[in-house]
Amino acid sequence: MLRALTLLLICQLLGEAFAVLANWPIPGPVLGLAFLLAGLLILRRSPDWLQDTSAGLLKHLSLLFVPASVGLVQHADRLKVEWLPLAAGVIVSTVAAIAVGAVVFVAVSRLIGAPAEGEDRKA
Amino acid sequence: MIGATQDIWVYLAETPLLWLTATLIAYGIGHAAFTRSGSNPAVNPVAIAAALLIALLVATDTDYDTYFEGAQFVHFLLGPATVALAVPLYTHLPRVRRAALPMLAALVAGVVTAVGTALAVASLLGADSESLLSLAPKSVTSPIAMGIAERIGGLPSLAAGLVIATGIVGAIVVTPLLNLMRVRDWRARGFAVGIAAHGIGTARAFQVNPIAGVFAAVAMGLNGLTTALLVPLIAHLLL
Repeated sequence: MLRALTLLLICQLLGEAFAVLANWPIPGPVLGLAFLLAGLLILRRSPDWLQDTSAGLLKHLSLLFVPASVGLVQHADRLKVEWLPLAAGVIVSTVAAIAVGAVVFVAVSRLIGAPAEGEDRKA
Repeated sequence: MIGATQDIWVYLAETPLLWLTATLIAYGIGHAAFTRSGSNPAVNPVAIAAALLIALLVATDTDYDTYFEGAQFVHFLLGPATVALAVPLYTHLPRVRRAALPMLAALVAGVVTAVGTALAVASLLGADSESLLSLAPKSVTSPIAMGIAERIGGLPSLAAGLVIATGIVGAIVVTPLLNLMRVRDWRARGFAVGIAAHGIGTARAFQVNPIAGVFAAVAMGLNGLTTALLVPLIAHLLL
């Protein structure tokens, strides 16, 4: 676990450094993801110790969004006035984007004749 | 007795331990409620935890900065967790490569839909321009959204809040919506929620199916890049 965590932090650190040096708008962790992926592609396998720790971290990924969610409390005043346009904008656009994204994915997938995956299972 | 309790409170409220523990307990309650409900997507653990914590902050008159001193340890793990997405991505890479064309088409259509409908609906209902500029990047992961909002003249912290709200809405609606639409391809389901609802949508996708999770993670990353390029352009044209 310690080895995996160290590796993840090194990748993130490289990502952060690269983002600052290259002055890119991409966050450091996303670049870190790219670096780790490149490393795994070069290695041609992902070691068990890395898989275990990643699975552990990703299992409770939603927990990690809680502190930022609580940050909404800072905008109580604006939300009191503009809650309707903001809530409607968020809800309508999220539903529309999921629907459009899924439909276009399936349509293009069928167009090029690729088989769908998971048709036999239910959500 | 009351004096002693107050002393303990004053001491604890000053240490990061209290709000770190509170964050984990609140999430534990949210997660237990989610499990008890038979994994009903409407019972969202993040929304429950955030609501409990906000109520607690308001009740104890604690400001967000004090809360965040404790909660930052959880928040910090977002970085390494994002890097860790490379592992499932590597495992499923051949599958992802085969779907390059559907992904590209869905990405463009999804991003344009997300930004366009959000701005159209909110401006029709009378949101001011600061709110609109904070709303435009709400479908991408919060660090990117905050950067974009800042660059185009929105409020970064409001953008972060709207990002979270979007993620929670996406996580709640994705399963019933796509069941209703009879979309059964796990790749399409994951990719769509990753475009629309970034990391929280991705977390939800991983709960449902690993392939959906991987495609959601890919969509989240690609959308980060696309929105960073596209939103400043749209904002410039529209506002």
